[in-house]
Amino acid sequence: MSTRLGTGGRLIDRTHKLNFSFNGKRLKGFAGDTLAAALMAENQMLVGRSFKYHRPRGIVAAGAEEPNALMNMGRGAKFEPNQRATTTELCEGLTAASQNHWPSLEYDIGALNQYAARVLPAGFYYKTFIHPRPFWKHVFEPIIRQSAGLGQAPKDRDSDRYEHFHADVDVLIIGGGVAGLQSAVIAGRAGARVLLLEQTAHWGGRAPVDGVEVDGQAADIWINNTVQALEAMPNVRLRARCMGAGVYDHGSVLAYERLTDHAPQTDAPRHRLWKIRAHQIITATGAIERPLSFAGNDIPGVMLAAAIRDYVVNYAVSPGDRTVIVTNNDDAYRTAIALHHAGLMVPCIVDARPTATGALPEQARALGIPVKTGTAIAKVKGGKRVTGVALCQQAGEGSVTEEIACDAVGMSGGWSPVVHLWSHCGGKLNWEDQGQFFRPDPARAPISHDGNAFVSAVGSADGHMLTQAVFDSAAAIGTEIATRLGRKVATEPVNVTGPQEQPLVPVWVMPQGAPVEARSKMWLDFQNDVKVSDVQLAAREGYESVEHTKRYTTLGMATDQGKLSNINGLAILANELNARIPEVGTTTFRPPYTPISMGAIAGEARGDIFQPLRRTPLHDWHEDHGAHWEPVGHWRRPYCFPRGEETHAQAVAREIKATRTSLGLLDASTLGKIVVKGPDAGRFMDMLYTNMMSTLQPGKCRYGLMCSENGFLMDDGVVARIDEDTFLCHTTTGGADRIHAHMEDWLQCEWWDWKVFTANITEQWAQIAVVGPNARKLLQKLGGGMDLSASALPFMGWAEGKIGDFDARVFRISFSGELSFEVAVPASQGRAFWDALHAAGAEFNATPYGTEALHVMRAEKGFIMIGDETDGTVIPQDLGLGWAISKKKDDYLGKRAQERAHMIDPARWKLVGLETLDGSVLPDGCYAVAEGVNANGQRNTQGRVTSTYHSPTLSKGIAIGLVLHGPDRMGEIIEFNKVDGGVIRTRIVSPVFYDPEGEKQNV
Amino acid sequence: MLILTCPNCGLTAEESELAPGGEAHLKRFGPGSEDADFEGYLFQRANPKGVHFERWRHAYGCGKWFLAARCTVTLEVFGTYPAQTTEPPTEIVNKIKAKRPDWSLS
Amino acid sequence: MFNSVSALPGAFSAGAATVSEAGLVGMVTLKADLTDKKVAAAVFEVGGAKIPGQRCIEIAPAGAIAWMAPDEVLIVCSHADAPGVVADLDAKLTGTHHLAVNVSDARVVFDIQGPGAREILAKLAPVDLHPDSFQPGELRRTRIAQVAAAFWMTGDDAFRLVTFRSVAQYAFDVLAMSAKPGGEVRYF
Repeated sequence: MSTRLGTGGRLIDRTHKLNFSFNGKRLKGFAGDTLAAALMAENQMLVGRSFKYHRPRGIVAAGAEEPNALMNMGRGAKFEPNQRATTTELCEGLTAASQNHWPSLEYDIGALNQYAARVLPAGFYYKTFIHPRPFWKHVFEPIIRQSAGLGQAPKDRDSDRYEHFHADVDVLIIGGGVAGLQSAVIAGRAGARVLLLEQTAHWGGRAPVDGVEVDGQAADIWINNTVQALEAMPNVRLRARCMGAGVYDHGSVLAYERLTDHAPQTDAPRHRLWKIRAHQIITATGAIERPLSFAGNDIPGVMLAAAIRDYVVNYAVSPGDRTVIVTNNDDAYRTAIALHHAGLMVPCIVDARPTATGALPEQARALGIPVKTGTAIAKVKGGKRVTGVALCQQAGEGSVTEEIACDAVGMSGGWSPVVHLWSHCGGKLNWEDQGQFFRPDPARAPISHDGNAFVSAVGSADGHMLTQAVFDSAAAIGTEIATRLGRKVATEPVNVTGPQEQPLVPVWVMPQGAPVEARSKMWLDFQNDVKVSDVQLAAREGYESVEHTKRYTTLGMATDQGKLSNINGLAILANELNARIPEVGTTTFRPPYTPISMGAIAGEARGDIFQPLRRTPLHDWHEDHGAHWEPVGHWRRPYCFPRGEETHAQAVAREIKATRTSLGLLDASTLGKIVVKGPDAGRFMDMLYTNMMSTLQPGKCRYGLMCSENGFLMDDGVVARIDEDTFLCHTTTGGADRIHAHMEDWLQCEWWDWKVFTANITEQWAQIAVVGPNARKLLQKLGGGMDLSASALPFMGWAEGKIGDFDARVFRISFSGELSFEVAVPASQGRAFWDALHAAGAEFNATPYGTEALHVMRAEKGFIMIGDETDGTVIPQDLGLGWAISKKKDDYLGKRAQERAHMIDPARWKLVGLETLDGSVLPDGCYAVAEGVNANGQRNTQGRVTSTYHSPTLSKGIAIGLVLHGPDRMGEIIEFNKVDGGVIRTRIVSPVFYDPEGEKQNV
Repeated sequence: MLILTCPNCGLTAEESELAPGGEAHLKRFGPGSEDADFEGYLFQRANPKGVHFERWRHAYGCGKWFLAARCTVTLEVFGTYPAQTTEPPTEIVNKIKAKRPDWSLS
Repeated sequence: MFNSVSALPGAFSAGAATVSEAGLVGMVTLKADLTDKKVAAAVFEVGGAKIPGQRCIEIAPAGAIAWMAPDEVLIVCSHADAPGVVADLDAKLTGTHHLAVNVSDARVVFDIQGPGAREILAKLAPVDLHPDSFQPGELRRTRIAQVAAAFWMTGDDAFRLVTFRSVAQYAFDVLAMSAKPGGEVRYF
């Protein structure tokens, strides 16, 4: 059984007990424990089920590489699935539950899958579910969906908060082990701005566990002294619980800081995503131990040898009473020695190498631990827990030589540098034969904007597995980085005492000649159930590319992303393909290094501040008066103002009636307003608009169209000429920023010698449309001295002056067909002006109206709306707007495009009005059907609806749309189809349904 | 996340402050031009694996456009220069040639 | 008579730094050839300070002059003076190609003051706010979270930030959220 030892544990505080629960069981641990350590201390080695076969799964590792111990963590608004128990710090009241089993962890129906393993080999899904096709949707997919997935999706809204933080540094060091610390010391002393990150809560990495002595002192002492020295440097910052998640272009790095996961009651952001810009990055990310492939290596109780050492030394947790060590290298002997010193039984060390004569094996022998060289594990015995191992010769085919009872196995197949962060942004790798691993190739480092390398690996992340070499590499890299930054350094040598190690011997399958029965029980990927036999099968079936094999077998696709399985899988594939491992290559290392929370990615952008909402100066009034909001870009505009029990349709009808019969008020502040000024402004305006704008007289307005260079209509609006040099361009609500950018693009990049300045002053003004037969009376009632008479300020004129006390620009333009004044006042005066209009307008039943009434009234007049009548394929000529296209101009943006054959094709659909014979409202976007069918067997079409409304004014449905030869077919009846089948008989009419002579607006 | 130095305001800005604008040094073809020329101007774009001259706008900064010479593979930036330029400056061309002997300005 | 109002009158939040709306502030955009001596003279006479260097801000008796772009300065003044500043510039620059326009009401101004001020902005803006990198006298146009903004320092641990009026509530909310106690980074 696994249990807590009576003494020891360098990271735990035995005086501080913590209560937690696992699958509803109440358990206890100590402050400083990880959840995995605390579970093991309570003899809970079984922690989950594998993905495919639902095999029992135990804790394998002690860090970020853990593939099995994934938990549903927390409850309600703090629930989160797939949390690794090995990186979760224990806290009071922690609630964890295992995943991927039904009905319980101990008894799982899905485990029946393992008995079908022989018929569920690699590529099973690809092979099986292709035929018959209809089965996929109705049979296979529902079943797979039912059983797929690991943790549960959270049901409640996350109650925590998250944030981002930007930091610029000279040197970013990722990894707070001795390599990272020593690099930080060197860069810090050189005066560089340094940030050092460590993903765990503790500095120093593995050195203290491995019993290293630095400068004659225990590693812990050197680490504490170094951390204190770094904290005292004003130019160095240290951040624990902060993982370097990804390295991106030009020295950009994302780091993931976990602030409250270990203290959930704290009122602080839960996670902080650091957006770091670093001139130089040092990856001091260490190395990860590799499992060995022997039959039954997935049974709970089989762990990485170094992880066992971590649990014993750091947490005083013994994974088993009797632990067999199996290895191909010297390092694993440290675990045997640590177990021995902790008073635990090590029945034997199984070393696949023919001989083991290094200092560590000799030390183990001296302690009386039997060492069996040239030996392998033939098979691990047990189901939900290891009960023993059967041994055999490594060189043979697995004939059992003896059986040894044990309840834990510590395996070590050597170490692989963590090269993820080096590789994220293009760093390349070399294969190192001696250690059998990929290591960074400094000649092919990631390249920054200046063409120079910006990432360096140091310590065991660079393949230096002995501590002295780690320090030496830190000194060398630290010095090189400081030199790159133009800084001088003085390094002091650090002396490490520790045993020399003999080289490992590569062992990819144990025993070497294991038969297929054994190979199909050797797990490579514990979470996704990929075995040695699966990779071999894939190779035989022609999957030679490692990327294809990964996807075919799912090797390395689990949440640990192959941290344990990658090299072992590559070696199997290479062997099967008769290739060397470096020829097979690795799969791509993609960020993040381990999963980061969605909350951290979102940062502050959630709830009310998910995105910016743009508010007009009248927003609060609208809110207070029950506006139903419509999003228009980031703006919120009132759609209508329902009163009492009114439906939206009733409110819209009331608003239109009030406007057409007396007085309506519209908040038009969102309309874009761009000033164009300069001696060349007229020339520029003539290029921007299809119309001739240079002839517009000061004091006058003109409706204008803007096309893209591709000829398509992109925006429209009224232009007012302010003076000889100055125009004011109104754009659509959504168009202001886009059109201003469009103007600046042409001015800066094409016509840079033209003397024109522009400014987007959209938000400077609150603009209110005062609309209806009583509009003039209302404005005159407010006083101020402006002459608003038809003769002084005719239709399509504008004037500046005072309305009441307000500074106003008054434009006599109309989008409704009624007498209309659009009055702009400075935004700071907007609310007061709006209030004044309502107060004075009460006698005229002044009625605020929203965007829907605006839309209906413009449709009644046959006015187009950008985005309704246009969709990026429509040119002004399609819309009967030929009158707004100057024939006199040599050029304007879009003119050349409109000369193309397709644009002058007489068969282009053109704008008409549409009236159903029964008065009903045509469905939005529906198509007019024509005779015959197209190549796909669909009915031919001859037109479509672009705007359709019920007109309260005319008490019937009205629509405008684009129809083949439409303007030539007035009075003709065509049919529009309905979504539910059937057609609506519709007459082609003029698009101007209301006041075709324009008498009402021109009074 | 790229960083580019805006030649208009001198700031080294990160990509989220910038807006990309496609290929640089296009010659406009207007009314009266041949269909093929117009098509080339409007639609045909270089898509090199290597050195690319491109337009950027310092959208969240000074608002000005500028041009950049950048390698689409390594993301190395050989230089940025004003938008009011009809062809890449000699200095930048020379810099690219020094680093990429096989490259030539086509 | 009526009262002119700023975007978020009285908005205030306390935390790692205080965030408060500055009320009505006058702002005039001037676009012109900034190397033209006539332009420099007009700016000095009307704005009270010289045209600042690239990305800098000059404090003037009644406000400030901020360098916004190679052909643009922002003249900060009292709200009531802004229309007069436009008129004065137009008068002094008659015959010189320029654009002077009152943008006071298109903007909202926030003051961020306190020991956490740098950190609050560093949470939102992709800017190196380290004291070695950003100091009084510099003006930074950038974004805070998802909206365009410009800011400068008005003293130790004090920033003034300008953004668009329509997003005043959003800008205030993200600033206040970033200043919320518990979120101190203690980095600078």
